[in-house]
Amino acid sequence: MIPLSHFLILSAIIFTIGIVGVLTRRNAILILLSIELMLNAVNINLVAFSHYLQSITGQIFVFFIITVAAAEAAMGLAIIILIFRGKAFLNVDEINLLKG
Amino acid sequence: MLSFLFFYLAGVTVISSLLVISLRNIVYSVLALLVAFIHIAGLYLLLNAEFIAAIQIVVYAGAILIFYLFGVMFFSTNLKAKVIHHQYPIAIIIGLFILGEFIVAIYSSTFSMNRGEYTVQKIAEAGNTETIGMLLYGVYLLPVEIASLILLVAMIGAIFLAKRELKT
Repeated sequence: MIPLSHFLILSAIIFTIGIVGVLTRRNAILILLSIELMLNAVNINLVAFSHYLQSITGQIFVFFIITVAAAEAAMGLAIIILIFRGKAFLNVDEINLLKG
Repeated sequence: MLSFLFFYLAGVTVISSLLVISLRNIVYSVLALLVAFIHIAGLYLLLNAEFIAAIQIVVYAGAILIFYLFGVMFFSTNLKAKVIHHQYPIAIIIGLFILGEFIVAIYSSTFSMNRGEYTVQKIAEAGNTETIGMLLYGVYLLPVEIASLILLVAMIGAIFLAKRELKT
């Protein structure tokens, strides 16, 4: 039997990798990919608790999180394509439309 | 045997997640994320969540990541440019700080031992998918409707945003 804390530590590590990815990379699509990584860390947590506390609600929450992740991917990519259409590369540092 | 399987799946997941944020070419990053997602589906199987594992592979790996791959194809990747922000040491320090905080929180908290009614045997008798389906269309009917509304709004919004720019 694997202890619950193993799953929690794994999910904490993946979530931290996601945070570091969001903070360090300059590519807009990679920031979205790091957000997907963080959402997956949360999903691991929910499924682990659902198994160890013998309640099915965690798996249903994962279902809704995947729904929201799909919506986020569609909207995020549409916005990225809209913003970066004239530009050659997907560098978030070049975006300063609100700078005035 | 089970714990060996867990450490294999966890190790590959962590290594491929690190590859996602460190590879230069973004197409390789998406493929590393695909590997991570498939191993996370293996972790779900380890936790007796077959339906979620299938959804993870079909929707996450099959639909969302391929969608990202198409998005990547719209843009040329500049392999010469700097991909890492210049304040990356600060980001790594912040990340380690947050990880330490998580670990302290996990080991210093006591989790509730109030077990629910869905034991492994009960789920195995009724079937994982059937159990989730009964709950999803019984207790959680209103959230399902809201989720479908979110998907509809996202679809219309994405079409609208992408189309408006084509006209000009």
